[in-house]
Amino acid sequence: MRRIIYFLLVTLWSCNAVSAGGHGVALEAANVDLANKTSLQRGAGLFVNYCVSCHSASFMRYNRIADDLNLSEEAVQTNLMFTTDKIGDVMKVAMRPADAEVWFGVAPPDLSVIARSRGADWLYNFLLGFYFDESKPTGVNNRIFKDTAMPHVLWELQGLKRPVISHGEESSGHGAVAEVTQFETVIPGKLDEGEYKQAVRDIVGFLVYVGEPAKLVRYRIGFWVITFLLVLLVPAYLMKREYWKDVH
Amino acid sequence: MNVVVKQLTGLRDWVDDRFPLLQLWNDHMGRYYAPKNFNFWYYFGALSIVVLAIQIVTGIWLTMNYKPDAELAFASVEYIMRDVEWGWLIRYMHSTGASAFFIVVYLHMFRALLYGSYQKPRELLWVLGMFTYLALMAEAFLGYLLPWGQMSFWGAQVIISLFGAIPFIGDTLSLWIRGDFVVSDITLNRFFSLHVIAVPLAIVGLVFLHIIALHEVGSNNPDGVEIKKKKGEDGIPLDGIPFHPYYTVKDSVGVIVFLIFFAGVVFFAPEFGGWFLEANNFVPANSLVTPEHIVPVWYFTPFYAILRAVPDKLIGVLLMGAATNILFLLPWLDRSPVKSIRYRGPIFKTALTLFVISFVSLGYLGTQNPTVLMTWMARGFSVIYFGFFILMPFYSKMDSTKPVPDRVTD
Amino acid sequence: MSDNAVDVGRRRFLTGTTAVIGGLGAATASVPFIASFQPSAKAKAIGAPVAVDIGKLEPGQRITQKWRGQPVWIVRRTPAMLEALKAEDEGNLRDPSSQESDQPTFAVNPWRSSREEYLILVGLCTHLGCSPSFVPEPGGETLGESWIGGFFCPCHGSKFDLAGRVFKGVPAPKNLIVPPYRFETDTRVIIGENEGGAS
Repeated sequence: MRRIIYFLLVTLWSCNAVSAGGHGVALEAANVDLANKTSLQRGAGLFVNYCVSCHSASFMRYNRIADDLNLSEEAVQTNLMFTTDKIGDVMKVAMRPADAEVWFGVAPPDLSVIARSRGADWLYNFLLGFYFDESKPTGVNNRIFKDTAMPHVLWELQGLKRPVISHGEESSGHGAVAEVTQFETVIPGKLDEGEYKQAVRDIVGFLVYVGEPAKLVRYRIGFWVITFLLVLLVPAYLMKREYWKDVH
Repeated sequence: MNVVVKQLTGLRDWVDDRFPLLQLWNDHMGRYYAPKNFNFWYYFGALSIVVLAIQIVTGIWLTMNYKPDAELAFASVEYIMRDVEWGWLIRYMHSTGASAFFIVVYLHMFRALLYGSYQKPRELLWVLGMFTYLALMAEAFLGYLLPWGQMSFWGAQVIISLFGAIPFIGDTLSLWIRGDFVVSDITLNRFFSLHVIAVPLAIVGLVFLHIIALHEVGSNNPDGVEIKKKKGEDGIPLDGIPFHPYYTVKDSVGVIVFLIFFAGVVFFAPEFGGWFLEANNFVPANSLVTPEHIVPVWYFTPFYAILRAVPDKLIGVLLMGAATNILFLLPWLDRSPVKSIRYRGPIFKTALTLFVISFVSLGYLGTQNPTVLMTWMARGFSVIYFGFFILMPFYSKMDSTKPVPDRVTD
Repeated sequence: MSDNAVDVGRRRFLTGTTAVIGGLGAATASVPFIASFQPSAKAKAIGAPVAVDIGKLEPGQRITQKWRGQPVWIVRRTPAMLEALKAEDEGNLRDPSSQESDQPTFAVNPWRSSREEYLILVGLCTHLGCSPSFVPEPGGETLGESWIGGFFCPCHGSKFDLAGRVFKGVPAPKNLIVPPYRFETDTRVIIGENEGGAS
């Protein structure tokens, strides 16, 4: 019996593949840290400056951000709120979705729960993965999301890079993109590579938080709930043993 | 203090003169004699009731803020997750509860296989339990549409299309179930109604009948010995102990341990690596785009794997239906003179082990992309799955058995 | 089963301990379910303070603003109205000095407002919640010669003066409610926030 249970558990844990859909590129871990409030604050700043002009986070309220990220409502009002003046409002987008569809071909998705559907690692690699590609209307392509309609909005931070394609590989057709691992800088950005990765990590951390604000309190409450249950288990078990002394 | 006790006793007697309170208590708790040798596997019946209660209470609370409208459903779930105070906890309890329900029910059913709890005189008890299981599957399927994410939508689309395989009436039937040409707002609305009222009522009613039937025939036990055959002078089974207090205190311990695991998932891993909450279900339903990787939730995947293993739509659907419904026949397929696996021979033990392996493997294969190898493996395991039942009348009869003791062992 | 040496005391103690701790747990577990009935973040956002521009409000006029789903009136009283209020016979009023009524402390005065000129009220009758009509002119056919101008509730006939104070002999028990508000500037008032920010 024990073997069966063990087999069950091993099968369950060894194949987390259900959520990890099939994309060919190995993802670098994002390593976001929700306990790092300053990282989340920086992420919030980058998010409203670079993302909210096209993407909404229509389930996320500004005053919740203030509460959760240890910011005053005034600070949120002056630094983060560009599309509304009501602190209780959700993060709406500056442009109309219909316009966006005309400009990009698809309406930029709402980002409220994007970290839950895509996963932090995917987002991290996506934001790192833009490279120069003349054939695209946006001038860039992406290693993780081929032919994305999204322009490289962070290019002034990262700069632009170009894939180094060795001869012969180009002819391998549509699958080639995923195999490119070498890049050379075309235009340097304001940030060096380490700084840019940290900036992207900040944004992704913020998106993970936005995907599930309760995550900030969930673990703490869970710890107390389980502690309580363990305490309760003691008298309950002793009670059981006491009564079962009758049974021979 | 004495006055209070006196008044309470008075109230009890007043009620008891007008309602069989004491009798009900005695019949089902105080003087319901259960075998004293219940082991680990006997927790899961009580745990099923605990999970049922959790699902009903959290479900009532979710209904207060959920909107069964295709335009609003997805957003209303996120509203619960963020704007409603403690909404996230209530929602995670419900979503985790769904999977927990199947875990405890599958273990509860496996217990019946181990110890022959479906055998005479418990055939009806088993059949009632099977109906509860089918109702639970319907309940889970209906509820899964409600968050109105991509997996909700496409899962419902696929399952409803299964009915389309039925000759002559199939298309009409799936149209009737959906009430529209695709899964739509109309489908969502009726699924909501069935999920929150109709099916839960049926489940509660079936559970009630299941318990009545259990208390009529008495509980089986790991030895498969009928304790009623050996009674003391007082008419009480020698191996029986009153359910209350002995099993109420024992089950309390089991419930607390269960709740520790449950809280572990709710608070630390509510998605459970994509097994309990799928990533794609955080994308709102879109009737024009199918997610690249679509699988049902884990508790349906064994049957889904059987469906996919068959290269014919109708036969696949029929076999999938048969895979669940063949369990109904178990009491009549098993010809063994003994109940418990403890006194059965090597053939049954092997057959049961193979069955468990094939069920778990089918469950795993059902979550994977159907490659050629995987499909062939699914076929092999499907054959074992059905073989376990179809060949049971033969191997259970010819299998050697050990002598069953008169009294339960410890 | 044997009856030898059952330690009743220990049994009772353990059962009691388990029941008490378990009961505490159950009570705590019910907190989220009770708390979820509280106004949600969305309800709070919708019920947030609202700013009203009163720069264009003429003396004698009233405007209605929605706050927390309720009508809130802002009346700019004329000097004549204020004179009439001061000349009023307090014996006709049920709670002339607003001792039993609901208002921020700054409105506990005969004109029931922070600035004499502006009257701000929740426009719901304290009887059963109808919205009274604004009848600023004295006299008139329906309300009779003694009417000095104020609010009249069509549902059950309650009458209030131009400070929202209830008259005697009508069903409404209290004066009309004054919501929290503060003047951000001379022409802009925030409804839902008291002076100093607290609401």
